[in-house]
Amino acid sequence: MIDGFIALYIFMLAAFVGHEIIGRVPSILHTPLMSGSNFVHGIVLVGAMVALGRADTTMELTIGFIGVFLGAGNAVGGYVVTERMLEMFKSSKEKGS
Amino acid sequence: MSEFVSMRSVIEASYFIAAILFIFGLKRMSSPVTARGGIIWAGAGMVVATLVTFLYPGMGNYALMMVAIFIGGVLAWVSGKKVAMTNMPQMIALYNGMGGGAAAAIAAVELLGGEEHGLVFGTLAVLGGMIGAVSFSGSLIAFAKLQGLMKSTVRFGGQQLLNLLLLTATVGLAGIIVFQHGDINLVSVFFLLALILGVTMTLPIGGADMPVVISLYNALTGLAVAFEGFVLQNAAMIIAGTVVGAAGTLLTQLMAKAMNRSLANVLFSGFGDEVVGEASDISGSMKPIEAADVGVMMAFADKVLIVPGYGMAVAQAQHKVWELAQLLISRGVDVKFAIHPVAGRMPGHMNVLLAEAGVPYDIIYDQDEINAEFTSADVALVIGANDVVNPAARTDPASPIYGMPILNADHAKNVIVIKRGQGVGFSGIENALFFLDQTRMLYGDGREMASQLIQEVKSL
Repeated sequence: MIDGFIALYIFMLAAFVGHEIIGRVPSILHTPLMSGSNFVHGIVLVGAMVALGRADTTMELTIGFIGVFLGAGNAVGGYVVTERMLEMFKSSKEKGS
Repeated sequence: MSEFVSMRSVIEASYFIAAILFIFGLKRMSSPVTARGGIIWAGAGMVVATLVTFLYPGMGNYALMMVAIFIGGVLAWVSGKKVAMTNMPQMIALYNGMGGGAAAAIAAVELLGGEEHGLVFGTLAVLGGMIGAVSFSGSLIAFAKLQGLMKSTVRFGGQQLLNLLLLTATVGLAGIIVFQHGDINLVSVFFLLALILGVTMTLPIGGADMPVVISLYNALTGLAVAFEGFVLQNAAMIIAGTVVGAAGTLLTQLMAKAMNRSLANVLFSGFGDEVVGEASDISGSMKPIEAADVGVMMAFADKVLIVPGYGMAVAQAQHKVWELAQLLISRGVDVKFAIHPVAGRMPGHMNVLLAEAGVPYDIIYDQDEINAEFTSADVALVIGANDVVNPAARTDPASPIYGMPILNADHAKNVIVIKRGQGVGFSGIENALFFLDQTRMLYGDGREMASQLIQEVKSL
């Protein structure tokens, strides 16, 4: 059970980690990194799956279905665009020019 | 029972691994050398977390779940593969909105479902749902604006008041829902209000500010995911959501700072449609030049700094510009690209566009690294950039962009501006750079002009 102060500690430490990661990043990577963090919150898919998995009424099933659909879109789309962007980052040495 | 417990530990352990992969993946993404590996690490984490969730105890509806994942995944995969690099910002907005919507959907199921959550978890569920819904509709508006599906700004009198009323009503309703669990009417009205709030918040914000807004909604979605993670007792969601929330908030601040504006200023004040004429008058005239002269000028220069803007990307000129740069480099000219933090539609967007054309990142320089070099440059080639090289930002307190850090293109010995016509740029502000004595205007489409310059340099 993640409860009370344990939850607060996790929240605080994770917030520090997020802050640290972005702190010293060169601005050329801001867009890919925003896209990458957009992908990471695609983890919402997992929560939507649990919500749909436990749903009983038609209403809950419908909302849960939409949730999983949207979460999957976030995760997959976020991955594809981030990967495409990062693939292009090469130094002049790697290109052999 | 023991089987149940061990299944639980397998799931928790997998989420733990996923969280580590996310953090290290993001860490690797923060350096250009390791960035490509970073997304693969994070992707592996996502696969682990998703697969293991199928083993969650007490779940059903697996067929429905797989159909939803399949449809959402395939649609996103195809659209993500197809989208042009110039349209990347709005795609990120779209996927981000989907994440916010998913968080809101989780909240809706939890709020309507049989289980009561108590004060703390009830509040978190409602807050996460509200933030997720605002992020969902707001991101869709941002997408529509950048995609050109709607007029870029919609403003009317009393708009801020309306937003404030909407916000108050939504929060008030949220408070009631925490205590009145499972009332379907209240929950529906609550989500409807939150969705409308997202729309009305985003409508008045101009196109130039959209990157900041997308970044903000990205951070908000992260926060909403973290809140729903607390409600579902899901550590992976809490950690990933919070990391994104914090990282996104910082990124939003960095972007706003690059434009010399506070976040509040971006969100609550219009920009770019203020009356321009009141800024101090610019004297002098714009002096045209022919491509042949520019070709000679650059071919025999020692140092050329290229300042690309979004206009270059719109004209799809980046490949030609890189070809031109290579040609100059082979003649011994020192060529560098100077990038303003907000060139393009997002910080780093211009770097992505140049990278796509094949420009190596070690000849692309940030504003801070390159600004001192303009004084020693023979030619500053400004292509499709406008506000980010406007010296009025430095000198004219009446200018709407006063105080914004700019690239010192005006310090170069010669300034060549490739521009389609004489009109003002994206923000609607007249550019003092164009009227300077050392500035010449090369009128025409960016790509065509770059091709012409290539021909001219080749023929020398």
